[in-house]
Amino acid sequence: MRRVMTLLAAVAAGGLVQPAAAADAQYARSLAATCFACHGTDGRSVNGVPPSLAGQNRDYLLKQMQEFRDGKRPATIMHQHAKGYTNEQLELIAGYFASVTPGRAVPAPAVR
Amino acid sequence: MTISRREFMKWTSAGAGVAAISGCATAGSGGAGRVVVVGGGYGGATAAKFVKMWGPDIDVTLVEPNQHFISCPISNLVLGGNAQMGDITFSYEGLRARGIRVVRDSAVAIDAEKRVVRLAGGDSLPYDRAIVSPGIEFMVEQIPALKSAEAQARVPHAWKAGVQTVALRKQLEAMRDGGVFVMQMPMAPYRCPPGPYERVCQVADYFKKAKPKSKIILLDSNPDITSKKGLFLAAWNGLYKGMIDYRPNSEIADVDVKGMTVKLQFDNVKGDVLNVVPAQRAADIAVKSGLITANNRWCGVDWTTCESTAVKGVHVLGDSTLSAPGMPKSGSMANQHAKVCAAAVVALIKGQPVNRDTMMMNTCYSFVSGDSAMHVASVHRFDPAQKTIAPVKGSGGVSSAASAAEAAYAWGWARNIWAEALA
Repeated sequence: MRRVMTLLAAVAAGGLVQPAAAADAQYARSLAATCFACHGTDGRSVNGVPPSLAGQNRDYLLKQMQEFRDGKRPATIMHQHAKGYTNEQLELIAGYFASVTPGRAVPAPAVR
Repeated sequence: MTISRREFMKWTSAGAGVAAISGCATAGSGGAGRVVVVGGGYGGATAAKFVKMWGPDIDVTLVEPNQHFISCPISNLVLGGNAQMGDITFSYEGLRARGIRVVRDSAVAIDAEKRVVRLAGGDSLPYDRAIVSPGIEFMVEQIPALKSAEAQARVPHAWKAGVQTVALRKQLEAMRDGGVFVMQMPMAPYRCPPGPYERVCQVADYFKKAKPKSKIILLDSNPDITSKKGLFLAAWNGLYKGMIDYRPNSEIADVDVKGMTVKLQFDNVKGDVLNVVPAQRAADIAVKSGLITANNRWCGVDWTTCESTAVKGVHVLGDSTLSAPGMPKSGSMANQHAKVCAAAVVALIKGQPVNRDTMMMNTCYSFVSGDSAMHVASVHRFDPAQKTIAPVKGSGGVSSAASAAEAAYAWGWARNIWAEALA
């Protein structure tokens, strides 16, 4: 209840709070960002290993993560990661990557 | 309107966002806000990039004394001859191209009252939010003989990649066949838990090819192998059988640099090449800025924002933080800190709600040879009851065995996490 009050107080404080949809989008982005370290920023993977996720079909991505989680699709590491997220979180992650435009990943600039 | 538990958690910080707005006003920033990032490693460079990406109108300055980024992950492969320095050295031009100001200087003080970062070169950088990712400093005072620069060159740590990596590789190359490589490692927590065990694998890989009569002694201050134990033992008892003498409970007392001997409490261990990794703490700028909260070593943070628990408006990332339960001091973890922090900093500056349902994920690969690697993985979620982030039950784990497939994924991880920080 205290949290509801905080929310209402903040809304009353001058419309500085974003609509819930925007907060949801940022939550989905933050969840997906945990995957970027291996799969590339916004899911655009340098050289495509591990695979790029940007622009993939949402339902396909969700099904793969669920199958990793449930041990239906063999993996080296993905089953261990997928088990760390709730189904709702996996749905948001799949939705985020599906919404990203696929594109070429830029590698870190080398010094040679 | 019904509000789910997750909605609750996300919106609770709305009040904090309002407070941040007034904070900006008193700092007199006027525009969209200024962020100063201290330290351009895995934490700082990634945070600078993501603040700019997620808040393009925010003015971002990155302060880093080194001209180039040199990666600690993969640097053990340089010692083993399985990678070159050029493979792990990158420029900051990618960040400049994103509109981030990269200043080659050192931060010497943070004035949290005036909200200014002071630099060794004399400049002062005003900020609305400061992000400090300074990495580690070695507690050399615990090993009296290693105080001088000469001693540190003769007995390198090579635990910050760069000149020390090159120096240790040269010593290994110059060593006679039949020589002994002695590595001494500190008590946990230290940077990169599996790193020492990976290092002896890499040196063994090199010896096996180039100096097969040589031996390795690993003096571990800890009572047992601290990471991927079964997998490392499989390599030591398989690929490198008879080459690696692992000695737990081997805390260092001092070094005889001239006599090339590691002095333990009750024993002396002589070698042809010595590699001593001292215990570590948060780097000096964290000490000077009052960010250290635990054991005179580490910086406490709120894991939903990475804001310091000691100094308002200053966020701390990476190895210098007081690690949460089950959280390693790794480049991978610093990358995750950076994005949690960047999202929070952008939200706080713009007066938007901060996500409190914080998730982080860790992936650390170790190479047992040039073409075989294995991992440890974990997923962490913020627990509002415990006020910390903790591993999610049932998630995470290690490889079933080291493999060539995972070596390919490890290089993929490296290329992508480097791009995360620098492209």
